Amino acid sequence: MAFTVTVMGLLIFAAAVAANFAGMILTSTILGPKRRNSVKDQPFECGSLPVGPTHTRFHIRFYLTAILFLIFDIEVVFLYPFITILRPELGVTGLWIMGAFLAVLVFGLAYEWRRGGMEWD
Amino acid sequence: MHTALDSLNAAMSAHPLLVQALAAVAKTVFMMTVVMLIGGLILSWVERKQSAIMQDRIGANRAAILGVRAWGLFHNLADAAKGILKEDFIPPDANPFLHTLAPFLAVSTAVVAFAVLPFGGTVHLWGQSVDLTIAPLPIGILFVWAMMGMGVYGVVLAGYVSNNKFSLLGCLRATAQVISYEVATGLTVLGALLFYRSLDFRDMVAWQMGHNLGQVPFLGHLPDLGAVLAHIPAWGVFLQPLGFVLFFTATIVEMTRIPFDLPEGESEIIGYNIEYSGMKFMIFMMSEFVESLLFAWVIVLVFFGGWSLPGLHLGDGVAVLFGHALPYASGVALEAAAMALKIVFFLWFQMLVRWSLPRFRYDQIMHLGWKIMLPLALANLAVTGVLGVLAR
Repeated sequence: MAFTVTVMGLLIFAAAVAANFAGMILTSTILGPKRRNSVKDQPFECGSLPVGPTHTRFHIRFYLTAILFLIFDIEVVFLYPFITILRPELGVTGLWIMGAFLAVLVFGLAYEWRRGGMEWD
Repeated sequence: MHTALDSLNAAMSAHPLLVQALAAVAKTVFMMTVVMLIGGLILSWVERKQSAIMQDRIGANRAAILGVRAWGLFHNLADAAKGILKEDFIPPDANPFLHTLAPFLAVSTAVVAFAVLPFGGTVHLWGQSVDLTIAPLPIGILFVWAMMGMGVYGVVLAGYVSNNKFSLLGCLRATAQVISYEVATGLTVLGALLFYRSLDFRDMVAWQMGHNLGQVPFLGHLPDLGAVLAHIPAWGVFLQPLGFVLFFTATIVEMTRIPFDLPEGESEIIGYNIEYSGMKFMIFMMSEFVESLLFAWVIVLVFFGGWSLPGLHLGDGVAVLFGHALPYASGVALEAAAMALKIVFFLWFQMLVRWSLPRFRYDQIMHLGWKIMLPLALANLAVTGVLGVLAR
């Protein structure tokens, strides 16, 4: 019963949110004018003419940041259920387990730091 | 003889699921009204007026209905009408579907996160206990983080499909910045969760209402101080002062507002929403305000005791404020007012930060996120964990 009620509430809310914003976008698409011309169709680049293809290569650091994020965020997610049972149930044993887990995380961070993976210039 | 009310009561008592369904619709209407009113209309007015006051200007005050200006309040209605009636421009090389999907994703994921935020405890209707939360999920706070992570897709899509170099740069910056600080956001609340031992916001508020600082491990055992601390409620901000400061900073980065508004630094790259116009552009702006309401709400629930008011105790049908008995209804009203005031305070404080500080450089933001906030959050967690377990 409780689970049904929760899922029902979530679905009703999500449907209302989706309908609301889809409606807002749709209304403006229908009501707004459509007047195109060649200047308006150019990409907006502060008055200068666009040069070269849009989807050029970008710096490898963005890729590195994304990988760092994946590793750390997954570790953080593992910590969530762990922290809720740490104090009464696991106690000192839990501290050792968590310490070993976090040590790997911190070691990875220190290694990344020393190798210059977090340098932005 | 049956009256209409009697038959309604009979029908409601016979169908518990009907009661819950009607309650779900009512809660949805309430939450949508709050989010659209505050996030869509009032916050943009507050932003204009607060910045005007801070910069000794008058601010927007021209829009009027029948000569009534009402301190510029009608500007937001005028903006909404304008957004609907403006041309919805889609660049010729952009994918129309993805271009439209981006603002929709950005805002609707942020709004859906409100489903797990409680706005009160439990009420009893026709023998059914109805939670004043749209979806009382036991994973509460993780659902908020998940929805927040989904919001990044909207920004990435907007920048990527617009076929514009500046919007591509903006979306790369936005993605790198938001995902970097998601780690810090997730880590900084963990210290408080060690005490609450639940991911459900209702349990967090209940724990903060049911404890004082004298009962907290380590703090309560300090000589001489324990008796004084027993008079202070055990709000998350007192348990985790560093955690709160880090979390508040990380949330400002998450909503990409000044001083961390690199994705739309208008004097440099204009932003990922450069090729958007009309209602879609306004929806991107609105998602920013919706996020500031979301984070103000989460901060109040996790760090400031939710609807708890020091000195006020609500029992079974009675309310007691500093030893004086109050009508139950006024106790409930006081709690609602306390919750609303705390949220308003944080909305105001976010605006204050936004109009006080200059924008950081990009390398400074990444440096702050990975080299300062992440180690501090880890150290905070380690110290909290050791003290919390050893000093029981």
